[in-house]
Amino acid sequence: MKRGEPIIELDDIELAFGEKIVLSRLSLRIPAGEITCIIGLSGSGKSTTLRLINGLRLPQRGSVVVKGANLCSMAHAELIELRKSIGFAFQFAALFDSLTVGDNVALPLRENTRMSDVEIASTVRETLEMVGLADAIDRFPAELSGGMVKRAGFARAVVTKPEIVLFDEPTSGLDPIVTHLLTDIILDINRRLGATVVVVSHDMQSVYQMADRIALLFEGAIIAEGSVEEVRASDNPIVQQFLQGRDQGPIPI
Amino acid sequence: MNALESLGRLTIRFLEYAGGVAALAAEAAGFIVRLRVRIVETINQAYVLGTQSTVIVLLTSLFTGMVISLESAVQAVQYGFGNVVGGAVAYGTVRELGPMLTAVVVAGRVGSAIAAEIGSMVVTEQVEALEALGLSPTRMLVVPRLIGLLLTLPVLTVFADIISVGGGMWIAHEVANISPQDYITSVRQTITMTDVSKGLLKSLIFAMIVALVGCYQGLTTRGGAAGVGKATTGSVVLAIILIFTANFTLSYLLFR
Repeated sequence: MKRGEPIIELDDIELAFGEKIVLSRLSLRIPAGEITCIIGLSGSGKSTTLRLINGLRLPQRGSVVVKGANLCSMAHAELIELRKSIGFAFQFAALFDSLTVGDNVALPLRENTRMSDVEIASTVRETLEMVGLADAIDRFPAELSGGMVKRAGFARAVVTKPEIVLFDEPTSGLDPIVTHLLTDIILDINRRLGATVVVVSHDMQSVYQMADRIALLFEGAIIAEGSVEEVRASDNPIVQQFLQGRDQGPIPI
Repeated sequence: MNALESLGRLTIRFLEYAGGVAALAAEAAGFIVRLRVRIVETINQAYVLGTQSTVIVLLTSLFTGMVISLESAVQAVQYGFGNVVGGAVAYGTVRELGPMLTAVVVAGRVGSAIAAEIGSMVVTEQVEALEALGLSPTRMLVVPRLIGLLLTLPVLTVFADIISVGGGMWIAHEVANISPQDYITSVRQTITMTDVSKGLLKSLIFAMIVALVGCYQGLTTRGGAAGVGKATTGSVVLAIILIFTANFTLSYLLFR
């Protein structure tokens, strides 16, 4: 798929948990090869949107089309195959705590590919070097700092060289230096793998640094979408209040 | 109306739970039949689950055999039936108490550990991470634990039977002066290999109950640390109830 063509298309999505409507009439197109950042208030449904893209959640209404295939009408086996081409870096990394960092990163290769042990070991080392964690290969997740855990999660998400990589709050709870480092790693992943990257975040400094496009999610729908400059120039008072982080304005606090 | 509503809700919850466990069992069976089993992880689980419970199973079985013998030996000798004490202890142990008590102890020790471990994985998004990687939590987590328990519970049951009957022999000798030779002869005359096989068949059913209930409770954990606690307790309570129910049903079907 050519850079810029829509690789992910969410159309008229509605999703509720019980009686709580989380997403309502959400539509979003994500272009291939670019970094799209989904921003929005806490609890606005950003992480849920990310989970729609790899089929961890399915909407009650609307369609989710990834690489031309509609997830909502897919057989379970097809969905599992699709997931193998989508990397997912969780907010708290979700590393398997009984496995070392190396084994965590190797798991998708061992289970989903026919690579030999030597090839796996080499790919794991290469991927850990990309995120600056080669020295931590034999350490367990409990022995790592917050930033290292996130980087290990990044490594596991990209080790299979997926076409799409999803990052859920990659810089939350980290100091500015580590935040900067992780932002650079995401840019590097996008550049080296040519992957389409979708990042959910409310760290605006990091978003401005890496985003090709921004989508602002508010009350279940996308209310602003475009390049960084276009969104920053929006005259929507909700967008301006969010970007400037003001407590006065139309957003109910 | 309220009572009817409550009964209705309870019935729906029960059916949902039973359906969930049955679906999990069917999915796990599907992986086993297609030989999509993680061998190393299964051996690891069999080792961990088996060794975790060995000491406690041996202790409870030893004292159970001893107390049955204590209660029966003196009475039996008084009435001139000292030569059947070994058979009585072995009969109760091999057919009923051995498989059931072993399963109950394992449900408390291992079933709770399975629910807690998988429940913790759910609340820390590790199970969701497996799904995101295109991996089935049933294949990765449930199948190794299920096979691990299917392999180890019958072995533990055999150990439990032996130590229980052995403990009974020691007490019979100590309190009622029944010789080990008489005791063993009585055991041999009373117990057949069919009894042992049926006892082991029970232990296989109990292994499925403990593993599936523990895994299902873990996989359906909601709500953080408190949820893990609830799942753990629930797995033990439910597994024990099901073990007792299944034991009666199996005894009715197998030994009638």
